[in-house]
Amino acid sequence: MSDYYQQLASLVEERFSTRITATHVEFGELTVELPREHLRSVCTALRDEASFHFEQLIDLCGVDYLDYGNGVWSGPRFAVVYHLLSVKNNHRIRLRTFVGDEMPRVDSVLGIWNSADWYEREAFDLFGIVFEGHPDLRRILTDYGFIGHPFRKDFPLSGNVEMRYDPEQGRVIYQPVSIEPRMLVPRVIRDDNRYQEPAPEGES
Amino acid sequence: MITATRNRRRKGRAKLSEIRNFTLNFGPQHPAAHGVLRLVLEMDGEVIVRADPHIGLLHRATEKLAESKHYVQSLPYMDRLDYVSMMCNEHAFVLATEKMLGLEVPIRAQYIRVMFDEITRILNHLLWIGAHALDVGAMTMFIYAFREREDLMDCYEAVSGARLHAAYYRPGGVYRDLPDKMPQFRGDSKWHSADEMKALNENREGSLLDFIEDFTNRFPGYVDEYETLLTDNRIWKQRLVDVGVMSAERALQMGLTGPMLRGSGVEWDLRKKQPYAVYDKLDFDIPVGTNGDSYDRYLVRIEEFRQSNRIIRQCINWLRNNPGPVMSADHKVTAPSRTEMKEEMEALIHHFKLVSEGFSMPEGEAYAAVEHPKGEFGIYFVSDGANKPYRMKIRAPGFAHLAAMDEMVRGHMLADVVTVIGTQDIVFGEVDR
Repeated sequence: MSDYYQQLASLVEERFSTRITATHVEFGELTVELPREHLRSVCTALRDEASFHFEQLIDLCGVDYLDYGNGVWSGPRFAVVYHLLSVKNNHRIRLRTFVGDEMPRVDSVLGIWNSADWYEREAFDLFGIVFEGHPDLRRILTDYGFIGHPFRKDFPLSGNVEMRYDPEQGRVIYQPVSIEPRMLVPRVIRDDNRYQEPAPEGES
Repeated sequence: MITATRNRRRKGRAKLSEIRNFTLNFGPQHPAAHGVLRLVLEMDGEVIVRADPHIGLLHRATEKLAESKHYVQSLPYMDRLDYVSMMCNEHAFVLATEKMLGLEVPIRAQYIRVMFDEITRILNHLLWIGAHALDVGAMTMFIYAFREREDLMDCYEAVSGARLHAAYYRPGGVYRDLPDKMPQFRGDSKWHSADEMKALNENREGSLLDFIEDFTNRFPGYVDEYETLLTDNRIWKQRLVDVGVMSAERALQMGLTGPMLRGSGVEWDLRKKQPYAVYDKLDFDIPVGTNGDSYDRYLVRIEEFRQSNRIIRQCINWLRNNPGPVMSADHKVTAPSRTEMKEEMEALIHHFKLVSEGFSMPEGEAYAAVEHPKGEFGIYFVSDGANKPYRMKIRAPGFAHLAAMDEMVRGHMLADVVTVIGTQDIVFGEVDR
């Protein structure tokens, strides 16, 4: 499986040489990184050319790299990740394009795959990434009138406001959250000897 | 709605050229909305001009919650996504973790997983056919479907202790082996005589596998019952044939997967095309529709009942003859047994570390998908090497299906919206996540 994706990786590199920045094959999956200027042209080619033929956009999501590796991240803060599937050729590919912090913008792929519609709305809602050319970029998962982008790493898990019924005013009101943020399991990054090459014999 | 129509009529009589479209709010509390779907329908008389589903009423930010918990702690959240096909969701989750850890899963665990995946598929399709038929007007189906669901949920209960939210699959295998004794109905009941109790327990005398086998013997007959009730039923056909037609090309464009895609004639099933677990060792067929309408999707799912039944029978045979471990022995990832913990220092340390901290995932990213009863259900992990996922994305099939709602109902009548919601097999747990 990995061999197949190595071949596909070299095919992608050959075809798009200057328009992509990196390809890597990991866990039998091919990831291609590309700058956002070339996103649409590469995507169109990936969909239409017979050797790729990715007719389905399976998934599209945002990623916020703010806290990555406890602050070792130096690249652009956000990324948009596309998972494509070719039903005809039976292979998959992952595209990633990085976008900066202030006003993250990326071209919409709605015209290439119609399924991008709701996925882009979701990424906009949760991460505040703006998809240029999307005709109807509304919030989708959060409440009407929600403030902020909840999946950003600087958005607290317990949120900023809570809702309750106020008997005095006779209506539902928003107020700052009263619950304390808590962390039950600390986040640790361990250099785990299991994953170092070569794997130690016998002991695990 | 009636007042709106009346107003329109009154207005129409006064001045014909007045705006004829009006907006109708459907849900979020509507028995045919399958949960909390709010549909804003723009209508021209009784014909839908545009449908705008408003979702998110069940949004629980599962993906964000998973970022604050270690991997095994997030696993039970999977049950709560698509809460009618619990174990299939878990399967995608454990596949993604195992892929990143490079963990070998014992073959017996893989067979158990496949067997329960197919039990789950039947569970899901039973709820679907019950609810769908109820929406369209056939009440009996609902009662039939729940009769069989009861047996299958007993299987869930026997193996995991929970009838719905099982949390049975774990990274590295399944929590425990299949029980040798099927739990029975107990004792002196106020409502049942001794003879009745005996009859109830008749197929529960042996092991869980015996019980499931007994079910698989009965089940094809039940499917025949459903078919006599529905397949050639004039009303059923009038409500389903040519409703919500999706061409193969459009279905691919809209990201439809599973029976929604196969109903349109695309032969695509991850169990065959990108086999995971032991699906490549099993013998089964993939049903495909031709017209891409609701009726074809109904036929596809009915055939999937039979195929799942076939797969379960093969798994039972294999599981009977091949005992073995059901959990990987790599105790950096999987918990040691209780007896080991009481005797060995190291086992105790492993258990303590696993519970208090969990295992660390190597840095990188992976996507693993399974053929969920509704379509392609995938889990995408981004890990920075920590004991918690840096980002988890759930690819829920229902989300893409509901996005295609607008296209599927345009030009249809209001009553057909209910059919389309039914045929899409929408469950809000996974759409809203």
